[in-house]
Amino acid sequence: MKNILELDSISKIYHDPKTETLALKDISFSVADGELLSIIGPSGCGKSTLLSIISGLVAPSSGEVRVLRENAALGYMLQQDHLFGWRTIFQNACLGLEIQKKKTPENLAHVHELLERYGLGDFKNSKPSQLSGGMRQRAALIRTLAVKPDILLLDEPFSALDYQTRLRVSAEIAEIIRQEKKTAVFVTHDISEAVAVSDRVAVLTKRPATLASIHEIKLSPGSAREAPEFRLFFNAIWKELGVNE
Amino acid sequence: MSNPSPEHLEYLKKAKLGKLLVLASQALILAAFFGAWELAARLKLIDAFIFSQPTRIINAAVSLAASGSLAKHIGATLWESVLGFVLSTVIGTLMAMLLWWNDFLKKTLNPYLVVLNSLPKTALAPIIIVWIGNNVKSVIFTAVMTSVIVTILTVLTGFMEVSKDKIKLVEAFGGTKRQVLSKVVLPASIPAIVNALEINIGLSFVGVMVGEFLVAKSGLGYLIIYGSQILKMDWVMLSIIILCALAAILHQLVVLFEKRIINQ
Repeated sequence: MKNILELDSISKIYHDPKTETLALKDISFSVADGELLSIIGPSGCGKSTLLSIISGLVAPSSGEVRVLRENAALGYMLQQDHLFGWRTIFQNACLGLEIQKKKTPENLAHVHELLERYGLGDFKNSKPSQLSGGMRQRAALIRTLAVKPDILLLDEPFSALDYQTRLRVSAEIAEIIRQEKKTAVFVTHDISEAVAVSDRVAVLTKRPATLASIHEIKLSPGSAREAPEFRLFFNAIWKELGVNE
Repeated sequence: MSNPSPEHLEYLKKAKLGKLLVLASQALILAAFFGAWELAARLKLIDAFIFSQPTRIINAAVSLAASGSLAKHIGATLWESVLGFVLSTVIGTLMAMLLWWNDFLKKTLNPYLVVLNSLPKTALAPIIIVWIGNNVKSVIFTAVMTSVIVTILTVLTGFMEVSKDKIKLVEAFGGTKRQVLSKVVLPASIPAIVNALEINIGLSFVGVMVGEFLVAKSGLGYLIIYGSQILKMDWVMLSIIILCALAAILHQLVVLFEKRIINQ
């Protein structure tokens, strides 16, 4: 599979008047087209920063992010759904199109279709507060998908959900991403979630974060949690995170 | 809830009764106050010439209303107050937008805003009159001055409290600063703006009263000052009661407006 995204020795230094903090140190990896790659690491290690750097919202102190497809669009999904309470679900889903001034009839039809396909057809005119946590997260994903991104960046998108919902929604969202044939970089601190949904898992060390290793997960997505090898992958990553602590 | 249980009916009954009791007590306080006032005046416990009395106030209201001057005074005060509070809300919100936009400006002006906010703005009224003149413009200007600084600070605080992640979301879609303002910061700050509106009603009345005390030829503030000078205490008391009513009505309007906005 061809690479779509390459990170080349990314470092990030945070400055404040008292001191400077090296958050990320010399991180390089690449993401293949259509792949779902998780980034896992101890909390506060700079996973989210790395995602912000990939998205271009934050500039790295040194190093380079290369997107290997011309005019590739990126979609960002945050920890909370951040659906706007003053907009309906449909209006929320159209936010990105609105900002990019791409509210063409064709794109709007695409949003309608996504909402229908992923079970929100009856809630287009509802306010976010009327939806369950899982549905809201799906609506947030559709808002991201509406602008037809080539690469999805997900920053712990399920951390605000309770455990049961989280299990279901993470599988659901991973399924949608595969169905839509998107590439995704997914930040999490939950090992089992990473193993269950991804093709590869990149493990970061604690601050200053470096890339410890990348695990290839050879499990069939959807039923990964039932596979006997699940534990092996889990334990390997668990050990590595433990060693680095 | 097609078939409420007896317990639920009992609960509803209690809740209703409690509400009625509060309302009745509120009405009773009002009635007792005016009743005691009237009685004290009739029994000559207080001098009705100085303290006035409810029946005299009603008579004053009737005769002032008949000559048409009551409507004129109420109209003047109402117009000045509403204009004052709408203007200061609009100007204050625009200023807050400017300061939100330009962080350097915000940091630079911050100490001035803090000092101006603590300054009793009524102290500026005489200066305003000297500068702008002995007219209605001065009254409205005083009203705006009293509430515009606190509006800037309230709305700006609202702007700054908008979740960073919501802003990040718009930026991740490639949104410009202008879009961050129009798509997130402003709509998310509507409660803060409505809150400022509520504060501004009271402050705007303060400004209008001070302005009218000093310059006006009409308005309830004028009526209060003029009435006290010629010892027509009935006029003074009447004006104050009308002011209470106006404040209550405007406050209620903002609350209704707020409910509509929040429910949207």
